[in-house]
Amino acid sequence: MNLIEFYSRNYSEALTLTLQHLWLVGIATGVAILIGVPLGILVTRRPTLNRTVLGAANILQTIPSLALFGFLIPLPFLGGVGASTAIVALVVYALLPIIRNTVTGINGIDPAVREAALGMGMTDGELLRLVELPLATGVIMAGIRVATVVGVGVATIAAAIGAGGLGVYIFRGVATVNNTLILAGALPAALLAIGMDAALGGLERRLDAKR
Amino acid sequence: MREDVPTSAVTLRGVTVHFGTQVAVRDLNLEIPRGKTVVLLGRSGSGKTTTLRLINALCQPGSGEVTVEGRPTTDWEPHRLRRTIGYVIQEVGLFPHFIVERNITLVPELERWDSARRRSRATELLTLVGLDPEGFRTRYPAELSGGQRQRVGIARALAADPPILLLDEPFGALDPLTRADLQKEFSNLAHRLGKTVVFVTHDVREAMLLAHEIALFEEGRVVFHDTPEAFRTSSHPEVRAFAAVLDQ
Repeated sequence: MNLIEFYSRNYSEALTLTLQHLWLVGIATGVAILIGVPLGILVTRRPTLNRTVLGAANILQTIPSLALFGFLIPLPFLGGVGASTAIVALVVYALLPIIRNTVTGINGIDPAVREAALGMGMTDGELLRLVELPLATGVIMAGIRVATVVGVGVATIAAAIGAGGLGVYIFRGVATVNNTLILAGALPAALLAIGMDAALGGLERRLDAKR
Repeated sequence: MREDVPTSAVTLRGVTVHFGTQVAVRDLNLEIPRGKTVVLLGRSGSGKTTTLRLINALCQPGSGEVTVEGRPTTDWEPHRLRRTIGYVIQEVGLFPHFIVERNITLVPELERWDSARRRSRATELLTLVGLDPEGFRTRYPAELSGGQRQRVGIARALAADPPILLLDEPFGALDPLTRADLQKEFSNLAHRLGKTVVFVTHDVREAMLLAHEIALFEEGRVVFHDTPEAFRTSSHPEVRAFAAVLDQ
């Protein structure tokens, strides 16, 4: 059975798994932005936190993804089997690039611009809203883009703990030594990653305030 | 509360500032009279810039007191204090993502002026600093030359009509001809507007051109503070060292 035959027989299941995959990555990246950007901003305000926060995010990043999914299963609240556990793990992986790029983006602003902004009497909130965030948007978006693309890949492993997504085909294919089935999961996942990368790249260029 | 109106716009009394083990300013006393241009002159690292940044509270005194309009800077809310003081730095620091008009009228924007008033203020200020309002209003900083950028920087500092202006080597990065133009125009402007101006430079010619008073810094202290005429005849060795450049 080739790939085209497979999709024509299973198109509704394939579509469901693709949407599930997108949903996992979308929710996880969204949550990671809501946690990561404020944490990154906090680090620029309290430089002593830099090592703690980025160190922690770095360590979390080094945990092999399959192991992280496994570790989370026995945990109360965060863990268990299913989509919510998978989202927690995906959030953990998305945090590092988002926090790091928020810090880099804000700290990378020309010191003269910050000096002028403070000297003219901006409050910290005004500095952040009018100067730092607009000028750091390009770099922060690049971090979100990396987090999303990595997330699309890592989310294939979420199938191992029953969270669904395109990994279902991959694991099924590996278990039955069926290359068509593996490809049926891997190909759309790869296309998703490429598509998201291009879409977010476009958004990044539109939002970048730098001239 | 003080009943009397202070005669000095800015006063520093016994101010010392340390950066780590380095002493930037030691036991400094300085009066900046209202409506005058005082030039802080000195070598690199003599404490001029630190003194300037003490006035708008970008730097805090380790000991001693800085008062602006008779009120210690530590009593002011920092952003309130800074909005009554125009600030111009050598690197200008224009906001690269805003057009010239928004750059200029940012303090009025923070002070919630309406847009019509901001617009007419921008026109007025661009004219004042010698830029054609219609030609420059909508440009981005990247589309300006160095001299034009600093003109915009000065317009921005004047936007909310602050009584005090602080300038930190504002013309230091400009070519000699542009610098001479801006020095002359700025001198006229400052005198016409009656602002209290504190101007940092290491260029003694610039100091002689602009100053009502020169305060000469050496190793974190003011070693001379008097008129440019007195500067020429002073026998203090550091003054002589600077004055010698004038006769070359």
